Amino acid sequence: MSMTANEQMHDNLTVSLGFWIYLMTDCLLFASLFATYAVLTGGTAGSVSGRQIFDIGFVLTETILLLTSSMTSGLAYVEARAGRRNRSLVYLAITIALGASFLVMELSEFSHLVSEGYGWQVSAFLSAFFTLVGTHGLHIASGLIWALTLVVLIMKRGLTHDTTKKLMLFTLFWHFLDVIWICIFTFVYAFGVLS
Amino acid sequence: MFGRMSLDAFPHDPIVWGGALSIVGGVLAIVALLTYFKKWTWLYKNYLTSLDAKKIGIMYIVVAVVMLLRGAGDALMMRGQQAIAAGNPGYLTPDHFQQIFTAHGTIMIFFVAMGLMFGLINLVLPLMIGSRDVAFPFLNSVSFWLFFAGMALMNLSLVYGEFAAAGWLSYPPLSELQYSPGVGVDYWIWAVQIAGIGTTLSAVNFITTILKKRARGMTLMKMPMFAWSVLGAMILVMFAFPILTATLAMLGLDRLMGMHFFTSDLGGNPMMYINLIWAWGHPEVYIVILPAFGMFSEIVATFSRKRLFGYTSMAVALMAIAFFSYIVWAHHFFTMGAGGDVNAFFGIATMVIAIPTGVKLFNWLFTMYRGRISFTSPMWWFMGFVVTFTIGGMTGVLHAIPALDFQLHNSLFLVAHFHNMLIGGVVFGYFAGLTYWFPKIFGFKLHEGLGKAAALAWILGFVVAFTPLYALGLMGVTRRLDHYDANPGWQALFIVAAIGFVIILAGVLLQLTQLAVSIWKRKELQAGDDPWNGRTLEWSVPSPAPSYNFTSLPVVTERDPFWELKESGKKPKPIYEDFYEPKNTAAGIVIAFASFIIGFALIWHVWWLALVGLIGHIVTLIIRLTRLDNEQLVTAAAVRAMAEGRS
Repeated sequence: MSMTANEQMHDNLTVSLGFWIYLMTDCLLFASLFATYAVLTGGTAGSVSGRQIFDIGFVLTETILLLTSSMTSGLAYVEARAGRRNRSLVYLAITIALGASFLVMELSEFSHLVSEGYGWQVSAFLSAFFTLVGTHGLHIASGLIWALTLVVLIMKRGLTHDTTKKLMLFTLFWHFLDVIWICIFTFVYAFGVLS
Repeated sequence: MFGRMSLDAFPHDPIVWGGALSIVGGVLAIVALLTYFKKWTWLYKNYLTSLDAKKIGIMYIVVAVVMLLRGAGDALMMRGQQAIAAGNPGYLTPDHFQQIFTAHGTIMIFFVAMGLMFGLINLVLPLMIGSRDVAFPFLNSVSFWLFFAGMALMNLSLVYGEFAAAGWLSYPPLSELQYSPGVGVDYWIWAVQIAGIGTTLSAVNFITTILKKRARGMTLMKMPMFAWSVLGAMILVMFAFPILTATLAMLGLDRLMGMHFFTSDLGGNPMMYINLIWAWGHPEVYIVILPAFGMFSEIVATFSRKRLFGYTSMAVALMAIAFFSYIVWAHHFFTMGAGGDVNAFFGIATMVIAIPTGVKLFNWLFTMYRGRISFTSPMWWFMGFVVTFTIGGMTGVLHAIPALDFQLHNSLFLVAHFHNMLIGGVVFGYFAGLTYWFPKIFGFKLHEGLGKAAALAWILGFVVAFTPLYALGLMGVTRRLDHYDANPGWQALFIVAAIGFVIILAGVLLQLTQLAVSIWKRKELQAGDDPWNGRTLEWSVPSPAPSYNFTSLPVVTERDPFWELKESGKKPKPIYEDFYEPKNTAAGIVIAFASFIIGFALIWHVWWLALVGLIGHIVTLIIRLTRLDNEQLVTAAAVRAMAEGRS
C-alpha cells in the first residue's frame, strides 16, 4: 500500500488527533482516581498516612528514570524522522530498559509496603494509593509491550511511514505517562511527605 | 479451579426459570434459523466482520431492539407486580423484583438508548458529512463488539447466577461485598464496564470523524445540525465515560481485592461513589438526548420544506447544554447534606439548562411556522415529543429547587420525570430517526399508517402510564416498592399505570407489525434516492447506500447542500479518485470475546481464565495492529464503472 505525501500527512493528522482524544479520555480516568485519592487521603482508619510510608529519595530515583526514558523515547523518534534506524532502535532499547527499571522499583515499593503490613486492604487511603499508582504502573507495563513490538517491527520492516507513525504515537503515550507521573510525584508523594 | 462456579448457580425459582428459558430459547432459535437457511457465511461476511459503518449501525439497532423487548418485559413484570401487590406480597419475591428494576434501568440506558444512538450515528453521520467512512473503521467494529459482549454478559446473568439487586447505579455500601455477597453486582460491573469502554472508543472515533472527515467546503457552521448534536454528545462521552470506567473499577476492586474505596468501614466513603457515578450519569442522559435533538432538527426542517430556524442559536444551544450538563451532577442527591451554598450552585446551574433547551423547542416550532408541513410518521413522533418533553422539562425544573427536591427525592414523581425525558425525548426521537432514515439504508420505506398508529399508541400509553406516577409520587410513594399497604388507596392509580403500559406494549406490537408488513410489501414501498425531498447529503446517494457511500466526493458551499443543489438545478461534474476501503476482519469479535471471557472469569473468580482472556486480548491486538494488508485499493476506473453502471 502506498500513499502520496499529501495522503500520508493527512493520515498522520487524523491518527494523531484521534490519539490525542484517546489520551484525554485517559487523562479523565486519572483525574477521577486523583480526585478519589484526594478525598480518601484522610481515610487512614487509624493506620499509616503517606508521611510514614513514603521514601521520597527512592521515588525521586524512579522519577529520574522515567523522565530520562521519556527523553530517550523522544530521541528515538527524532532519529527515526532522520531515517537513522539503528540509532533509533538503540534509543528505543534504552527507553525500554529505563521504563522496566522504573516498573521494577515500583513493584518493589509495593511489595515492601505489603510485607510491612500496609497492603491495600488496610485502609481507604492505602486502597486509593495502590490504585492510583498501580494504574499508572499498568499503563507503563502496556507501554513496554508496545515498545517491544515496535522494536521487532522496526527491525523487520525498517522505518516506513507506518512504523514511524506508530513510533510517534508511542512517544506521545510515553510523554503523557510522564506528565501523569509528575502529578503523582507532586500530589501523592511530595505533598504526602510534607503534610 | 472454577472459583465460585457451581451447579447451584442455575436458577431455581420458576419465574426466573421462565426468563432463562426465553433467553436460551431465543438464542437457540436464531442459531437454528441461521443454520436451516444456510445463512451463516452470509451473516459472517456481510455483517459480523464488516467494517462498513452502515452495517455496524444495523447491528447496533438489531441488538437495541431485542434489548428493548427484554427491557419492556421487565417493565411489564414491575407494572403487574405493583398493580397487584396492595396489602399482599404479589407474585414476585422482593429479591427478584429488585433484580428486575436493576436490569430494566441498566438495559434501557446502556443497551437500548446507547445502542439506538450509536446505530443511527453509524448509519447517517458519515453520509451526512460527505465522507466515505468513519475515521477509524476497525475501532468502530471493536466498539460495537464490546457493546455486544457487555450485552451478552448482562443476559447471561439471567441464565447462570443472578443479576444485581442494588439499583441501576448500584450504590454502595449496598453494592459492597458485605451486603451483596453474590455475583449479581459483579455481573453488573463487568457488563457495564465492557460496554462503557466501547462507548469511549466510539467517542474517539466520531469526534475525529467529524473534525477530520467532512466534505470539502463543509465548515463547522455548514454542518447539518445532527452532526453538531453528535459532536456535542461525543465530547460529553469523552469527558464522562472515563469517570464511569474508573468508578466501576474502584467498586470492582473493593469487591475483588478487599479494598475500601466505598465501604462504610476503614475510611471508605460511599458518597464519593455517588458523586463520581453522577458526574458520569448526568452527562449520560444528555449524551442520549442530544442526538435525538439533532434528528428532530433534520426531520422538522425536511418536513416543513424550510431551512432550520436559528441554525447558529441551535448549535450554540447544543454546546451550552453539553457544557452545563457536566456541572449539575449533585442535583441527583441534594439530600446528601452538602450545605446550602453547594446546593444553590447546582440548583441554579440545573435551571440554566432550561434556557438553551427552550431555545431549541422554539427553533423547531419556528421552523414549522409558515412551512409546508407534511405530517408523516416522523412528524407524529415529533409532535408527541414536543408535548411530553416540555412537560418533562417543567417537572425537571421543579426538581432543580433543592427545597422541593428534598420532598421529591427517590419518589415516583422523579421516576415519572425521567421517563418523560427518556421516553418522550430519547425514544421518540430515535424512533422518528429510524423511520426517517430507514429507506436510505434498506431502499424501502416503513409503512406509514402503521407507523402513525404506533406513534399514537406510544404517546397515549405514555400519558396514561406515567401521569399516575406523578400523582403517586406526590402522595408519598417512593420508588422501587415491591409491595405496599392497601389503606393509602394507591392501588387504583397503579392499575391505571399498568393499563397505560399495556397501551405502550400495543405500540411496540404495532411497530413489529409495521416492520413485518413493510418487509412484506417492500416492492410497493420502494423508495427512490430521495423519498422525503431531503436537504442533506445522505439523500444524494442511492438507496440503499453503497459501502463506499459516494462515488464522487461532494463539494459543499452552503448549508443544506443537497437542497441547494436541487434548487439550482445544476449537476456537479463527478470527480473519480482512488481510495482505500477497509477489508473485513474478525479481530473485533475476537477482542470482544476475550473481554467477555475476562469479565466472566472475574465475576466467578476463575483467575486462570482471566489470564487466558488477557493474553488473547494482547495477542489479537498485536497481530491486528501490525498487519499491513488491512485495506484494499479501489481505483478511480472501478469507481467510474460503479457510478456509470448505475445511471
